[in-house]
Amino acid sequence: MGLDFSVVPKFLDIILLGVLWTIGITAGAAILSFFGGIFFAVIALYTHWIIRLPFRLFEWLFMGTPLLLQLFLIYFGLVQVGIDLPAFVAGVIGLGLHFAVYNSELIQTAIVAVDRGQMEAARTLGLSRGQALRKVVVPQAVRDVIPPIGNNMIALLKDSALVSVIGVSELTLSAQRAIGRTYRPFEFYVVAAAFYYVINLGMEWVLRRIERRIQAAR
Amino acid sequence: MDVDLMMRVYPFFLKAAVVTIELSVLTTILGLIMGSLGAAARLSRFAALRWIGAAYVSVIRGTPALIQLFILYFGGPQIGIQLDAFSAGVIGLGVNIGAYMTETIRGAIIAIDKGQREAARTLGMSQVQSFRKVVLPQAARLMIRPLGVNINALIKGTALVAPISVIELTYTAQRYIGSTYKPFEMFLLAGVLYMVIIYVTGRGIAWLDRRARIV
Repeated sequence: MGLDFSVVPKFLDIILLGVLWTIGITAGAAILSFFGGIFFAVIALYTHWIIRLPFRLFEWLFMGTPLLLQLFLIYFGLVQVGIDLPAFVAGVIGLGLHFAVYNSELIQTAIVAVDRGQMEAARTLGLSRGQALRKVVVPQAVRDVIPPIGNNMIALLKDSALVSVIGVSELTLSAQRAIGRTYRPFEFYVVAAAFYYVINLGMEWVLRRIERRIQAAR
Repeated sequence: MDVDLMMRVYPFFLKAAVVTIELSVLTTILGLIMGSLGAAARLSRFAALRWIGAAYVSVIRGTPALIQLFILYFGGPQIGIQLDAFSAGVIGLGVNIGAYMTETIRGAIIAIDKGQREAARTLGMSQVQSFRKVVLPQAARLMIRPLGVNINALIKGTALVAPISVIELTYTAQRYIGSTYKPFEMFLLAGVLYMVIIYVTGRGIAWLDRRARIV
């Protein structure tokens, strides 16, 4: 059949809209996974085991199974319990929770590594435990793990392609739509890959700048 | 929780788990081959090879595995590559994880002190001998754990072949969710099997790592 990239420009608007959705879903899930990661980490380290146990179980389940399977669970599971969310929201929740678990692992290690004296000093100054965590310990811990969390966010961008399977019109599904009309899978998937690659490069560039900032601030 | 239903369908999940294991094993083998070639290229004396190795790692790691798989499976026929879904899955996933393994293997090799190689050369070994008998055995020990991390990711990554209709665990779960409307039960069945596969693999890698320790 040969290759013919000349059909691509006609569908560029669909593809670019897909790019926007991909950036949106990545940003949404990244924010959720960041704060979710902090939340899970604090629960894992500072709560009674009865509260901790279900979270451990959830963490364990989410680290040991594929993201795609989790997306099916969240998308169809929510529908089953009567919560009919748009695919986009289900996708953000699925991706966000998945990466929150991985971020939590990083943040836990970092919190433990923050000197105990920091917590004690904050308590001595009259801050409550919650305040000390929020204002002293967690900010320092998070700063230490920004680079690996950034790497997780780059992985998140690539995994966002999976939400096409539950029907979110992001870049991958946009490419599929164009393919449905032209029957040119090679061309459109390559174009989609190129866009992912560019977004990826952009994220890496931003991450390197942030890393340099942190280094300089130290 | 509908235990009766789970008891009724679990044989299909077991059968699917076998496919997931086959995919994982074959992908691991291909990944290790690609990773070794990639690392060799990246550490080569020839700039062209280094460039090819770097491009391989950058492009594969910079784009989604799902898209790579789609290019191979759906786009392949346009450039004369006609593969069944399972083969496309193994090749696509193997080439993908190979890029990550390239970095793992390269990292382990450059972690071995330069003095080791220089000492071997001083003792009269050729360049190849010093690599094979001195650098590689030490680097291999360093690689086991990080390669284990790659393999763990790879096992979960085999779920990506579900959208191209390879009847493995995730595809099976998806199909039964569609026909029974019991997402939680089906997730649990598939999830437990994934975790068993990952746990056993992890133990195997830990065992290898212990055996490879010198002290």
